[in-house]
Amino acid sequence: MPATNVSTAQRDQSHARVFDLAALSLRELNQALHQLTPGSNETAWEVLNPKGSHSVAVGVDQPVAIDVRGSVGYYCGGMNAGGAITVHGSAGPGVGENMMSGSIVIKGDASQYAGATGRGGLLVIEGNASSRCGISMKGIDIVVHGNIGHMSAFMAQSGNLVVLGDAGDALGDSIYEARLFVRGKVESLGADCIAKEMRPEHLEFLQGLLDRAGVTGVKASEFKRYGSARKLYNFNIDNADAY
Amino acid sequence: MCGIVGLFLKDRSLEPKLGAMLSEMLICLTDRGPDSAGIAIYGAPAGNEAKITIQSAKPEHDFRGLDAELAKAIGAPVSVAVKSTHAVIRTAPDKVDTAREALQSLRPDIRIMGAGEAVEIYKEVGLPEAVVERFDVRSMTGTHGIGHTRMATESAVTTMGAHPFSTGADQCLVHNGSLSNHNNVRRELVREGMKFETENDTEVAAAYLSSKIAHGKNLGEALEGTLSDLDGFFTFVVGTKNGFGVVRDPIACKPAVMAETDQYVAFGSEYRALTKLPGIDNARVWEPEPATVYFWEH
Repeated sequence: MPATNVSTAQRDQSHARVFDLAALSLRELNQALHQLTPGSNETAWEVLNPKGSHSVAVGVDQPVAIDVRGSVGYYCGGMNAGGAITVHGSAGPGVGENMMSGSIVIKGDASQYAGATGRGGLLVIEGNASSRCGISMKGIDIVVHGNIGHMSAFMAQSGNLVVLGDAGDALGDSIYEARLFVRGKVESLGADCIAKEMRPEHLEFLQGLLDRAGVTGVKASEFKRYGSARKLYNFNIDNADAY
Repeated sequence: MCGIVGLFLKDRSLEPKLGAMLSEMLICLTDRGPDSAGIAIYGAPAGNEAKITIQSAKPEHDFRGLDAELAKAIGAPVSVAVKSTHAVIRTAPDKVDTAREALQSLRPDIRIMGAGEAVEIYKEVGLPEAVVERFDVRSMTGTHGIGHTRMATESAVTTMGAHPFSTGADQCLVHNGSLSNHNNVRRELVREGMKFETENDTEVAAAYLSSKIAHGKNLGEALEGTLSDLDGFFTFVVGTKNGFGVVRDPIACKPAVMAETDQYVAFGSEYRALTKLPGIDNARVWEPEPATVYFWEH
């Protein structure tokens, strides 16, 4: 499935199906979303009064647009496959965990482990993300307009993490093949994570990702690239005495 | 897991509603801690009296006639206000230590929850809503308070294992997490003369802070010390006579959200707990940084 172009995901919400969590249960919302079939006309959803609820719009597997009006708790949009979810507020821990495809946009901040283990799709956080952003990411693209906390991209395997602000301690610890692009300062790099050269193909790729994420006024050339030194890939026999 | 909440009022007009606001916050976090619940609530100090909160497994037996017996034993006026399994004893500030000693001989089975000029502590096993009802927390007034819903990991589900823990005058603490070096720290504190009621790791954290404060540190400095001296996972919320503080360990995997408006500073394990507070939609909401001490005082 092609990645959703968030910047052009302007949808007509005038016919949206409105789901008020003050009156209906979270289970009713998620069941209604899970019952959608390919080609359904109910392509626009609006969720009111989330008030920090957990697991809002988890397991969506159809290309529908969901606008959540307020802040959500744990695991919003987890396992998303094709949905275009926008949270008009902040998100608790684990937003977009194991996302497969589609997009999630958080207008506010995101708590710990945003996009953890994500396999695809695009997660945009317009505020700050906290610790462990993109931990164990496996193909997802994450774009954070603000800063990210410590231990972000820990054991990140593939995909791209783009940070317009600063990164906390131990960025990319034990990283595999994910690519990290940070515009601000990095507090410290984790084990086996190093700064890398920005070659033309990286600049071109990053500019494309920034465009897809709807980021304007920021150039790819303002970022530094970080990735794996690949020194942890194989056991070093000189370290045998340590075990 | 566990859920913790804290509320520090800046706007005095909210003081009559403190108990009701804290109750809603606490009940909201029931699924983080259905074993037990507790609160510490701080009223404005009256100046000429101190309070001792006590707990009994047999309140009808232990609290009957206690006021007269205690007054006679310490030679000063005493009042006893019973709330279910707890009672708040009021007496002169200079009589608190004598009263504590007298209680040990008059009622050897009761437990002292805490003492001070401002604090009252109520905690029991059961669902948070049942605990709130039992003590009529909604009607309580005050300047600030902290609360806890417990899902036990480190020690038994008992009244004394519930939070908050208080180990010094008007000091108390609630904790989400688990400490791994609490036995060592407890031994060191016992050597200093601190007394422990339980095997609970959180009681060690409370006693650690009380010990630092007794050695002249302010609460901010004492909280800084936890970052190097306590090993394990923790988000702590602490209360003192006129203040309220928060600290998270450097790994910070235990959740925390804070909100501040002109009227209050609030803490919750989750944003859910804050959603019924007045003006929350326009509050400054943020996640406290790891290894960073936050502190407010009246």
